[in-house]
Amino acid sequence: MPTIEVGGKNYETDEEGYLINLGEWNEEVGAYLAIEEKVEMTPSHWEVVNFLREYYNDYQIAPAIRVLTKAIGKKLGAEKGNSKYLYELFPYGPAKQACKIAGLPKPTGCI
Amino acid sequence: MAAPTFEIPKLKDVSVVPAVQPDAMAHIKSFQASAPIQEAVGFPGQLVDNWEQKAIEKMGDLLGKYRSFKVYLDACVHCGACTDKCHYFLGTGDPKNMPVARQELIRSVYRRHFTFAGKYFPKLVGAKDLTKDVLDQWYNYYYQCSECRRCSVFCPYGIDTAEITMAGREILDSIGVGQKYTNEILGKVQRIGNNLGLPGPALTDTLEGLEEDIEADTGVAVRLPLDQKGAEVLLITPSADFFSEPHVESLIGYAKVFHQAGISWTLSSHAAEAGNFGLFIGNYETMRNIALRIRDAALELGVKRIIVGECGHAWRVAYSFWNTLVGIGAGANDPFAIQLQQQLDPRYPAPQHICEFTYDLLQRGVLTIDKSANDHRIVTFHDSCNVSRGSRMGDMPGGQFVIPREIIKMVANNFHDMAAETINESTFCCGGGGGILTDDLIEVRVKGALPRMEALNHVVKDHKVNFMAMICAICKAQFNKVMPFYGFDMSMVGGVHQLVSTAIQLSPKE
Repeated sequence: MPTIEVGGKNYETDEEGYLINLGEWNEEVGAYLAIEEKVEMTPSHWEVVNFLREYYNDYQIAPAIRVLTKAIGKKLGAEKGNSKYLYELFPYGPAKQACKIAGLPKPTGCI
Repeated sequence: MAAPTFEIPKLKDVSVVPAVQPDAMAHIKSFQASAPIQEAVGFPGQLVDNWEQKAIEKMGDLLGKYRSFKVYLDACVHCGACTDKCHYFLGTGDPKNMPVARQELIRSVYRRHFTFAGKYFPKLVGAKDLTKDVLDQWYNYYYQCSECRRCSVFCPYGIDTAEITMAGREILDSIGVGQKYTNEILGKVQRIGNNLGLPGPALTDTLEGLEEDIEADTGVAVRLPLDQKGAEVLLITPSADFFSEPHVESLIGYAKVFHQAGISWTLSSHAAEAGNFGLFIGNYETMRNIALRIRDAALELGVKRIIVGECGHAWRVAYSFWNTLVGIGAGANDPFAIQLQQQLDPRYPAPQHICEFTYDLLQRGVLTIDKSANDHRIVTFHDSCNVSRGSRMGDMPGGQFVIPREIIKMVANNFHDMAAETINESTFCCGGGGGILTDDLIEVRVKGALPRMEALNHVVKDHKVNFMAMICAICKAQFNKVMPFYGFDMSMVGGVHQLVSTAIQLSPKE
C-alpha cells in the first residue's frame, strides 16, 4: 500500500493517492494532498473541503453536485453556487479532486 | 493529477487511418482490483497458483456454454475489414487495438488447446501457449476495448468482438485478475444498491434538494418520489443522474414529463441504478444478481410499468436480457418472474425506454412545448453504442435512432446530424464505455474519443453546433472529461431530456 509522509507521520493511500483512513485526515494532510494536486488552497477551497467532510460524516457519501453547489452558494454568495465556479477551484472536477483533498474515498460510477 | 504526459491527437479535416505504431499502448495497465474487491464479487483475490491450467479450463467451460464464442473464434479469416473501424486503433495507432489483433490474443491460445492443428503443429497455425506475457497482454488490451461492437457491424462474418473481450475478462477474473474500477463498482451496487454507493438517506436528501430547485426555477412543485408503493411506474436510472452534471438535468427532465403527463412514478432506493457492469465483465451471475434487485423493487412497490432512464448499456441489458434474466418481459419462468409478469400492465412494453415514453406523449400532444426555449442551442445527437447496436426502441426497425432524434426536433428548432458514417449503427463510441471510464485509463479515453471529436468538429464548423445530446451516463461523463482536451467546452454535453426539460411548459398539479 503506498503511503505519504506529512509532518513526520505516514498515511496510507490507495494507488490513486486517496487517503485510506478518513479519520486520520487533518488540515496539514489536506494541504499536502492539495500540493500534490497542484491546487493552491484559499479560504474558498477550504469551505468546499470542510463541507464535503461534514456531509460525508452525515451521509457516508460525498454530496451530489447540486447539493454541493447549493451549500456553497449559501456560504460564499449565490454567484458562486454553480459547478463552473467549483471547476475553477478544482479543475480536475469538484467530485474527484476536492474529495481527494478532503480525505474522502473516490466517488465511483458513471461520473 | 498532473497534466497529461501523452500527446493529444490533432483534429483533422479529413479523418485518416493512422500509421501503425507497434506497442504504442503497451504501457497501459488499468489498476488491478485488490483481494477484498475481488472476493466481494466472488472471484479469487489474487492470481491463482495453477492459473494457466485454470484459464484454459475456464476457456473450455465458456466454449461449452456459449456456442457463439466458439463460432466467433473459429470463423475469423483475418480479412482485415475491422482493422480501421475501432476508435481505439484510430486514436492510438497501436496494431493490437485492431479488433482482429486484439482477438488474436485469445484466438491463438484457443487454437493451441482446442484445435487439432494447434495441438500438434502449433507453429504452423500461429498457435500460442498461455504464458505470463500473453496473460498480461490480455489484461492490457481487453481493457482497451469498450465492447462497442462497431467492428462487428463491418465484419463480413458478423463476429461479435465484444463477446470475445467479455470472455477474456471473464477468464481473467476467474483466475484472480480483475479491474479495480469495474469490480469495485460491482461490489458496491450489490451491497448498497447503486454504483456510486449512495445510501438511502443521501438519496432522499438529494431528491428533496432537487424538488426545491425545480420549484425555485419554475414556480411549480414537481415531485421526485422515492420508494412510493402503488406508483404506476418504477423509474430505473443511472445513479450518476442523482450525482453529476449534466446528468441531473435529464433527471429533472424525466420528473417534469411524469408531472405533466399526470402519471404516478417512483424511484427505488433498493434499485437506484440502471447500470449493470456485470455485462462488461461477461459474468452472467453478477449481471443477474444486479438485475434481480430491480425485480425485487418492482414486486415490493407493486408497480405496473418499468421505465429505464438515459443509460446506454443498461438499455441493452434491459431490452435484450431482462426477460430471460429476471422475467421483466416474457422469458424467465421461476415463480417470482411469473408473479411479476402478472403484475405488469401488458398494454405497455416491458421494459420501456424513457425516450419511448416521452415520444409517445409528445406525439399525442399531452405535453405543451415551447421549442424557442432551446433556441440558444444548436444541437447534434451522439448515438450511444449499446443502444444503437444492442437494442431497439419503438415498433419499427431503427427506432433507437429515430425516436431520440424526433424528440429533439420536437423540443428544439436547431438540429444537425453528424456525418452518416459516424452515426446510427456506425456510431463511434465516446471512448469511455465498457469499463474504461476511469482516471487510470485517461490516455485511452482521450485518444479513443478522436473519431467522435473529428465528426463533432465538422458540425461545429459547418453549423455552429454548441450542444451534443445523448442518452447515456457514461457518454456524458466521458465527454465532460475529455472534450476540453480537444478545445471544446464541457457545457456542450447534455441529455436529450435536458432539452425536454428546457422546453416543457409546466402547470400546477390539478
